[in-house]
Amino acid sequence: MCGVITMAKATQLTQDVETSEMTMVEAICEAHDQELARDDRVMIMGEDVGWDGGIFRATDGLVETYGEDRVVDTPLAETGIIGTAVGLAINGMRPVPELQFSGFSYQAFHQIESHLARFRKRTQGGMNVPVTIRMPYGAGVRALEHHSESRETYWIHTPGLTVVIPRSPQQTWAYLKASIRSEDPVVFLEPKALYRKFREPVPEEDVDTDQLPDIGPAQVLEEGEDVTVVAFGHMLYRTRQAVAELEEEHDISATVIDLPTVSPLDSETIVDSVEDTGRCVVVQEAHRTLGIASEISARIMDEAVLHLEAPVKRVTAPDVQTPLLAREQAYMPDVPRIKEGIVETVDF
Amino acid sequence: MPIEQVDTPSEIPYIQILDQDGNVDEELEPQIPSSDLVDLYRTMVKSRKFDERRMKLQRQGRIGTFAPSHGQEAAQLGSIYATRDDDWFVQSYRELTANLWRGLEVEDDLLYAAGYEHGMELTGEENQTPIAIPIASQTCHATGIAWASKLKGNDRVTITYFGDGSTSEGDFHEAMNFAGVFETPTVFLCQNNQWAISVPRERQTASDTLAQKAHAYGMPGIQVDGNDILGVYHATKRAVDRARAGDGPTMIEAITYRMNVHTTADDPTKYRDEEDVEPWRERDPIDRFRTYLLEKDVLDEGDHDTIEEEVTEEIAEAVETFEDKAEELGDPEDMFDFAYSDEPPYLAQQREEFTDYWDRHDVWGDHHG
Repeated sequence: MCGVITMAKATQLTQDVETSEMTMVEAICEAHDQELARDDRVMIMGEDVGWDGGIFRATDGLVETYGEDRVVDTPLAETGIIGTAVGLAINGMRPVPELQFSGFSYQAFHQIESHLARFRKRTQGGMNVPVTIRMPYGAGVRALEHHSESRETYWIHTPGLTVVIPRSPQQTWAYLKASIRSEDPVVFLEPKALYRKFREPVPEEDVDTDQLPDIGPAQVLEEGEDVTVVAFGHMLYRTRQAVAELEEEHDISATVIDLPTVSPLDSETIVDSVEDTGRCVVVQEAHRTLGIASEISARIMDEAVLHLEAPVKRVTAPDVQTPLLAREQAYMPDVPRIKEGIVETVDF
Repeated sequence: MPIEQVDTPSEIPYIQILDQDGNVDEELEPQIPSSDLVDLYRTMVKSRKFDERRMKLQRQGRIGTFAPSHGQEAAQLGSIYATRDDDWFVQSYRELTANLWRGLEVEDDLLYAAGYEHGMELTGEENQTPIAIPIASQTCHATGIAWASKLKGNDRVTITYFGDGSTSEGDFHEAMNFAGVFETPTVFLCQNNQWAISVPRERQTASDTLAQKAHAYGMPGIQVDGNDILGVYHATKRAVDRARAGDGPTMIEAITYRMNVHTTADDPTKYRDEEDVEPWRERDPIDRFRTYLLEKDVLDEGDHDTIEEEVTEEIAEAVETFEDKAEELGDPEDMFDFAYSDEPPYLAQQREEFTDYWDRHDVWGDHHG
């Protein structure tokens, strides 16, 4: 399944590269492999990432190639994983710790909030801690309690962190590589519902940093006139389906903006679009209060209130504890709910 | 089937070389060059004098809250002296004495205490980390730093400082556990000063010693008289040499006493009696070391007075330097610096918004450049 393609939108690639069709989880593994080969300082660490290849297989086969010093099965301790990763980074390594589920990241919360995000500031720019913490997040895989939350707001609310949420195999490959090379600490939230949802051609070879995306800017995926729809990760997948159906059924023409980086937030791209369309719908999997949709809404109020033809619509989960698997599909925004939100905004 | 006993290590060596009456265990007495002995003494005196001085500065409102080292000078100095200059020093927030040995400028300590992060500007070349306030959190960094040294194939050791209260935190146990599993060259130096703010040592753990916790993680634990600089040096040197040889981590419990407040925001009369503190005055680490140096003729009473005068003068000068530096740092705009490696557009916008406000209102008076 090799081909030579250009994937400028998802990856910023301008050069042709050899690719093969990969799922998101295979793209993660491929990106790991390339970065481990490229830079001796890169190391993978976490629970079951070695001989088991990660519980989702995001590190499959890497320990065989790079050995146990660089693909490290750690003790079962999130604080220890992130705390030692901070130390490893201080002393010159570029650790890429995996936390098995974002629902267990809270056991490392203070190391992320109090140290990872503050170290450069505390040392007045002297010491960077380039750690990329990967964690699967979100609902939709019929898992147990604590395995389905979307709590990106915790990390967005911590100044100093970069929070990346990719939408596709190509984008995951590109942003994971860019994150590992970044001097900033990155929380890399992987929408696990998309892990094996679809395949895309993903580069099988390494590229220079200038071929990787800048972390930060939003991406305009479709240009339309009636409404601006913003989403990311798993919800972007559902949103595109909703937008396609609405175009077909109601002749609604939407601009679709993806936020591969939810923090720092690129509100400029969103505001520019809303100035043209006058309407905005933000779709997030997380519950409503203080979600990124609220911040986007506030920034539109700051910058483009006089252009608005309708209130900014937030299509979100309800403000309740993330339910168990029997209720998860009802909890997450689904395609009909996204469509309803868009129609309501266009018809306002 | 009869119940069998599983052998686990349980003995904890206790080391004391110089007792409180000045008696020396000559067999264990380390051979430290006289010039170093004088430097060590000078650093202890400077630490004590500076603690006294900064207490006054805090009471006058010229600096904020800080945690004095008073009483723990030997525990910090004997241990840091056992490290090489290129070994990593991973501190908590009470390590003034160790910091002074590592070259901390008094004015920078004051700058930090007065609320300027500039006092803790570090590049990594210093082989030390900045102050870490969340209890025991830095011990995980120490394991990671030591682990990186091992992976890079150099022989640098990492020493980390924490207190008795820290041994109740998960971070301490996870740091020790990782250090044991990955055999990192880490020395865990616990200053058991008997108090975690108001909570006494016996309320932290039912363990007979703190050092025995090391055994659970497959490393040796040592207890040492923390007010005996020679004993602390000896114990730490053993641990450092062991780590450097590739034989893994060690935990040392230095038994000492927090003679003063937890921080300047604390009032110990609420929870401990003067008679609890009194026996420890007789064990003062500086007095004990002075007795030793006088006995050895490394120092005479005149030298002692000269050292006191000199460090007092150095501190006075540093206070002036600090106040000049603080004056120069009046502009609050630098709170925006170093948030991200590249400032995102919305943050640049906020920088402009806030500096504009500060300029228009001149809220910072003459300090605002």
